[in-house]
Amino acid sequence: MNEARNDILIDVRDVWKSFADLDVLTGVSMQVRSGSSDVILGRSGIGKSVLLKSIVGLLRPERGSIEVMGEQVIGLKTKELNRLRKSIGYVFQYAALYDSLTVRENLEFPLRKHTDAGEEEITERVFEQLRLVGLEHAVDKMPSELSGGMKKRIGLARAIIKRPQIVLYDEPTAGLDPITAREISELILSLEEQFGITSITVTHDLECARIIANQIYILDGGTFQHSGTFDELKMSEDPYTRAFFQVVV
Amino acid sequence: MNTLQKPPHISYYALTRSRIRSAMDQVYGITTFGLRFFRYVFVPPYEWGQVRKHLDELGSKSLPLLTIVGVIMGLILALQSRPTLDRFGAGGFLPAMLALTIVRELGPVITALIVAGRVSSGIGAEVGSMKVTEQIDALEVSAVDPFNYLVVTRVLACSIILPLLTAYVDFLAIFGGYISEWISSNSSMQLYFNEVVQSLRFYDVLPGIGKTIAFGYIIGVIGSYQGFNAARGTEGVGRAATSAVVLASLNIIFLDMVIIQLTQLFLGAA
Repeated sequence: MNEARNDILIDVRDVWKSFADLDVLTGVSMQVRSGSSDVILGRSGIGKSVLLKSIVGLLRPERGSIEVMGEQVIGLKTKELNRLRKSIGYVFQYAALYDSLTVRENLEFPLRKHTDAGEEEITERVFEQLRLVGLEHAVDKMPSELSGGMKKRIGLARAIIKRPQIVLYDEPTAGLDPITAREISELILSLEEQFGITSITVTHDLECARIIANQIYILDGGTFQHSGTFDELKMSEDPYTRAFFQVVV
Repeated sequence: MNTLQKPPHISYYALTRSRIRSAMDQVYGITTFGLRFFRYVFVPPYEWGQVRKHLDELGSKSLPLLTIVGVIMGLILALQSRPTLDRFGAGGFLPAMLALTIVRELGPVITALIVAGRVSSGIGAEVGSMKVTEQIDALEVSAVDPFNYLVVTRVLACSIILPLLTAYVDFLAIFGGYISEWISSNSSMQLYFNEVVQSLRFYDVLPGIGKTIAFGYIIGVIGSYQGFNAARGTEGVGRAATSAVVLASLNIIFLDMVIIQLTQLFLGAA
């Protein structure tokens, strides 16, 4: 029992978050085990990204508790929060690459800020990441010169360059064509298996969920209405879940 | 049946109250944002690389425009003042008058307004664009403090570069005045600059250059504040850039008035 408790890397309990008069999260709870790849599914604007941003401390919920690797995120001082963030990678919906820096500088940025790595090691790590995402040729390009899919890959490479234990993906396949979206999903799966990453992915792309998810949570009305594996939810009798899964069944 | 409904009536009083409240909120926001700079600037990590980069971008790229403005400002001032001074038989005071006007007032204020127009809008747009594309969030989740990395570096660069640019513009404007004198009366350069140097005292130069540090701080803080608070996509970025210029220019003029009063109070009006 205790061992199972220690196995939980992200523990979200009864989290409430609202903006002005709008209640977005109304008592969300989830536990993510080490090495697991959990997916949050839900319609646009339902609060999926709000939960992800609350986990990494970008937003502060009004109520509830969020423990990441045993540390209570809500109310954590900036210094401690930053220490915790060094173990977390975050892939943004539109990649959020620093547009005044080249691809190389974007990837170097976390290493220069938080490691003592020398020039040679930094260059080696940058090219290693670019090889993993298949974009070695883009090393000296500016973000504005990249396509949407390339930006997502570089965003992914930047998120995992420090080898974080946890990676949070915010709509990793949004705005991509089905073929590129599938490639990105398979890349995420392969990187997670290779580096033993624990992850939460927010998406409304069922194909992405099918490829990468160990556990899926359905967010609706501010809470998780249902959870289970892809196959379990596909067979669900619940009308909302059925409506969601009808697209792929 | 007419389905169009009249918009709800908002009284003039309620509208004015809401506008005053919004303006006060902004004043409070900018003040606390600006004061935060002093809390961060002395605390590591120091981003000297970023400060150097901004010094280059803000400073050297403003030089061509400031060069033209500086020379023309001196030229026009001399051309306009010469007939009036001659009417009172005071044409010989022209170099001294030019030097005092430029060093004490016109040089610092014109330089600050031009830099505000070029730089403050640039900072507002750049930081605003980073805000709406989640780059500021990306910095934060990378355990890098966005205020230290984006704001402190820019405010510091503006405060360092503006006095240097002002000294440069002052010199060019005085030189522009000489060009006008040389064209109209073929006067000697040595005589002109002797007059200029003799007319300027330490207490004329110090407040003139010194207040530009405060102007630089205003340009950096207001540009960054508007960028940090940009919302609603590209429209918000455009609005951030525009309001950065307007607010920075207004604040420069207001602060200049306050500094003049204080200077006269403590250093005398002469």
